[in-house]
Amino acid sequence: MSDVTARPRAIGVPMDRIDGVQKVTGTATYAYEWPLDQPVYLYPLQSTIAAGRVTGVDSALAEAEPGVLAVLSHLNAPTLTRPEDPELAVLQSDEVAWRGQFIGAVVAESLETARRAAGLVRVDYEGRAPDVELRADRGDLYSPVHAATFGSGGGELQDGSPADSVLGDVDTALAASPTMVDVTYSTPMYHNNPMEPHTAVVTWLDGELIVRCSTQGASMSQALISGVLGLEPGRVRVISPHVGGAFGSKVYPHSYAVLAAMAARMVRRPVKFSLTRQQMFALVGYRPASIQRIRLGAGRDGRLTALCHEVIEQTAKAKGYAEQVAVCSRLMYAAPHRRTTHRLAPLDVPVPTIMRAPGEAQGMYALESAIDEMAIACGLDPVEFRIRNEPEVHPESGLPFSSRHLTACLREGARRAGWDHRDPVPRSGREGRWLVGTGVAASTYPSPRFPGNAATIRLAPDGHYTVRIAAADLGTGTWTALTQIAADALSVPVGQVEMRIGDTALPAASVAGFSAGINSWGTAIWEAADRLRARLQAEHGGIAPPEGLEVTAELPGGNPEAERYAMHSFGAQFAEVRVDEDTGEVRVARLLGMFDVGRVINPKTARSQLIGGMTQGISMALYEHSVLDPRFGHVVNQDFAQYHIASAADVHAVEAHWVDESDPYTNPMGAKGLGEVGITGTAAAIANAVHHATGVRIRELPITLDKLVS
Amino acid sequence: MRPFRYERADEVPAAVATLVKEPEAAYLAGGTNLVDLMRLEVTTPEVLIDVRRLTSDRIEELPDGGLRIGAAVPNSDLAADPRVRRRYPVLSQALLSGASGQLRNLATTGGNLLQRTRCPYFQNVTTPCNKRIPGSGCSAVNGYQRDMAILGASPACVATHPSDMAVALAALDAVVTVAGPVAERRIPLAQLHRLPEDAPDRDTVLERGELITGVELPPPHAATRSRYRKVRDRASYAFALVSVAAALEVTDGTVRDARIALGGVAHKPWRAITAEAVLRGAPATRESFVDAAAAELAAARPLPGNAFKVPLARNTMVSTLLELLEQAR
Amino acid sequence: MDLEIELRVDGTEHRLTVDTRTTLLDALREQLGNTSPKKGCDHGQCGACTLLLDGRRILGCLALAVAHQGADIVTAAGLTDGELHPLQRSFIAHDAFQCGYCTPGQIVSAAGMLQEAGNGWPSAVSKDPGATDVVLDDEEIAERMSGNLCRCAAYANIVPAIAEVAHR
Repeated sequence: MSDVTARPRAIGVPMDRIDGVQKVTGTATYAYEWPLDQPVYLYPLQSTIAAGRVTGVDSALAEAEPGVLAVLSHLNAPTLTRPEDPELAVLQSDEVAWRGQFIGAVVAESLETARRAAGLVRVDYEGRAPDVELRADRGDLYSPVHAATFGSGGGELQDGSPADSVLGDVDTALAASPTMVDVTYSTPMYHNNPMEPHTAVVTWLDGELIVRCSTQGASMSQALISGVLGLEPGRVRVISPHVGGAFGSKVYPHSYAVLAAMAARMVRRPVKFSLTRQQMFALVGYRPASIQRIRLGAGRDGRLTALCHEVIEQTAKAKGYAEQVAVCSRLMYAAPHRRTTHRLAPLDVPVPTIMRAPGEAQGMYALESAIDEMAIACGLDPVEFRIRNEPEVHPESGLPFSSRHLTACLREGARRAGWDHRDPVPRSGREGRWLVGTGVAASTYPSPRFPGNAATIRLAPDGHYTVRIAAADLGTGTWTALTQIAADALSVPVGQVEMRIGDTALPAASVAGFSAGINSWGTAIWEAADRLRARLQAEHGGIAPPEGLEVTAELPGGNPEAERYAMHSFGAQFAEVRVDEDTGEVRVARLLGMFDVGRVINPKTARSQLIGGMTQGISMALYEHSVLDPRFGHVVNQDFAQYHIASAADVHAVEAHWVDESDPYTNPMGAKGLGEVGITGTAAAIANAVHHATGVRIRELPITLDKLVS
Repeated sequence: MRPFRYERADEVPAAVATLVKEPEAAYLAGGTNLVDLMRLEVTTPEVLIDVRRLTSDRIEELPDGGLRIGAAVPNSDLAADPRVRRRYPVLSQALLSGASGQLRNLATTGGNLLQRTRCPYFQNVTTPCNKRIPGSGCSAVNGYQRDMAILGASPACVATHPSDMAVALAALDAVVTVAGPVAERRIPLAQLHRLPEDAPDRDTVLERGELITGVELPPPHAATRSRYRKVRDRASYAFALVSVAAALEVTDGTVRDARIALGGVAHKPWRAITAEAVLRGAPATRESFVDAAAAELAAARPLPGNAFKVPLARNTMVSTLLELLEQAR
Repeated sequence: MDLEIELRVDGTEHRLTVDTRTTLLDALREQLGNTSPKKGCDHGQCGACTLLLDGRRILGCLALAVAHQGADIVTAAGLTDGELHPLQRSFIAHDAFQCGYCTPGQIVSAAGMLQEAGNGWPSAVSKDPGATDVVLDDEEIAERMSGNLCRCAAYANIVPAIAEVAHR
């Protein structure tokens, strides 16, 4: 492939979003908003026990309600092809594996009627006492066994990494270390909560199923839904041009789409189904809670001798989802002796799923807090301590990094944040009733490329190009960034390129996840553009033929360079916090991130993604936590009044900057992933700043005022 | 939502008569809480009587120098009223610290007083709740306790009242005017809401059919400073963990008068009469404020999950009084 | 129970029959095909359904349609008058959104908020609650917009986007 530098430069321009006008007027069409002829509405029934089985469903009252068309339950639901993912086996048995699971649905002529009638269905159960408490002393912890859906590593964790890693002799090294830190951190259950609820609008048309749903990957949705329904993939079309946020929760979870499809087949009408906000706390995944013990040993020179990160995480009995929480500890710091482990606690809870920076979000909170504790124990500045422990190559695989500019991020970030003027003594800063402190943490996330992408580019006789790929724009700016990539790859102005995404009628694309989108789709588009340019030159002398010219590039594999290089984005975040001495209220006055994300395609949308991740990091650090009730097994605080996400008033100065570097190996654009890296380390930077402000080390997220008031 | 009939009454007596006649009727004002509770089927009226045009939406001067606030006055208008801002800043601040701009535009004065607890078990019809279904049990007392009461709770209910406005009105000695099937009556605001005792399904002392028509504020004391301080998990758009409405009058370094009410700590706006008694005549110092807060909170019976509210309420009371003292200087 | 009502939406009169249970939000989205206001929580807790109702910002999910007979409603789609509203242009220029789902509500809310500030309404962070002139600094804007949640967390762009219009 040719290099980006040879082309004109749309890449690097802070272009406004292509879909901007539609979004600011509210005319961008999200899944539920598709105009349909005579639609009907679905409202689900959810289990009110957490474990056991349904023994009876009495739907007589509901069916008597005028306008009700059908009441579904396991007693009358169509049989599905047994899915690999048990979460998709909707209404296939009487078993209940978590509270809030789908156990049925009402379909009616109006939304009001469907919801009302759902409340009239009487369900009897045979229940067991739920078991939903994550504790380190549980006797049933197990090592993950499920293979990954993503990643080619073949390991047991969700990203394909192995569950455990060992290098050297950690225990002996720890015992011999002049300075040791042995600390345990915990993170709660977090819910993704995109603003657009998960939605499926389903129409059967001449034996073809059209699913308009809110998904991170139309092609993957097509595979999951067609598989469960026992249809040829070609008979299921998934359309999803606009997605109202996802943050991981619209990758795997598709039970709602399956339920809507079943209902549409039964009533032979188009079915509209949107989850309520409350239902989203039981049905579309969450970031699982974790307990993380970290032990670090350091020599008198302030260099780590041993690093041990042991993770216990919550998972569902229904599906052993295992997140890569300690994987960040395999690559961040040099240390000759090291160990990481992951163990799962199987609970009667909904199935966890990906949530922004799966693994690293929790893992980097713990690791970067522990590093702060170790830097203090060594009497070293935390920026200096990190730089001193930078590895030359990946500490476990031994591979060189395709690019790693973490030291530059730490130094430049420190300069911009005014770190040099910091008094390291805790409780040394005060403004009136506010205790003021600052903290730093590093950030990282992998930069993978997914297999399974194809892109088609058509050149019209008038010189305009249409680029087609079933990519997804979750608000990530995909539409705009891919247009810029295509323009540069084709050596034409962006105005000559029309991008079409979000539809399985387009060439297949991998999901928008894992910070792999631009890398994966952009590479396919680049390849197609190269081929088109070559053919145009060779066959048509560089002039668009009257019949036009169309080229498709299929990239079944990932990035071959990934076998020779470790590919990761990095960053450093600096937080300034204020803590009210009387009440313990914490405010983040300033958050500054300096990132190493390769070449930035669109500085405007990239900055938005980074500050969005960082702000979600504030939210993760200070507010968010889903509370499971051990008696009932449900998330008690299942709405926005009780599950707090940051509001405008919680956000002050949030800045994202990056080093101007291109990665030579990740893809032809030189880009690395930036969707997730922004949220990694943020909570640690804030926790470290809270420690600096107050002298109190909070090892349990979120950092709520009850932990600080006295 | 259960199907219901929507009616708009032209006169108060007609509305009251309908409500008395229909066993499952309810008054609708701004709807910001009622419509939500109906959708959740926490409440399932068969008839809604729209009362927004029945009661006044004006704020009027009273002969004694106080103000009369019509029940239909939107929260935003009340907060922005120049007289309220000047004479009763604690009320304006309390209103502005509650909900959001959009909600304050819909919500009314009467409706704000009658909003129901946001206890998550009350709002979730799949869990037991004595307030929703008397006798079904309290899920919160042994459940998620963060937002629950530390004062005046009972084994039957540990819910808190969510209004900020009502806390300020309690501190201001406001009086609620009520129309009813028999006669009009006046209820001191501090007596409008009940403690749960063994009947947590009853939030207030209002009888069936009674309709709040307005709220009267007594004239303010010239030397009194007042202030509302709300502590919550998020900087804005969240219910109070603890709030303090305080009015303080200090002469020559001595507390002449103090009126304090707490929010987020009880089933009703909690008028801190014990603290007030300690303060009256005491030197206006941090020590007095600490003593007063401690005296009030001696009655606190926190749960393990909300024990933090005791030091939080203490510190917030003390710091709010100190700020008022600072203002008075 | 169904009732017939009239609504003026974005300048157009509509006569429609609604179930008494239908909210303004559902009447707009499901019956009138105006999906500019979004349903983010249907619970009064996110602001995505913000509408101007007779000139004031409110939440469409908590307003029963039958209780607003004859109301004048403006959505983000109706703020445009042949060309984009200054707030809409500013949101694009500042990239004050990502997924766009909360955006129409943010913009309608901001329009209502600017009106409120213009009328001298104070906020919870106003330094002088008695002042009749409101100076919309970033803190004021953020407080007044706190009822519009954005999970993409574009706040650091939303506030400057509104400030630019407010200070014009």
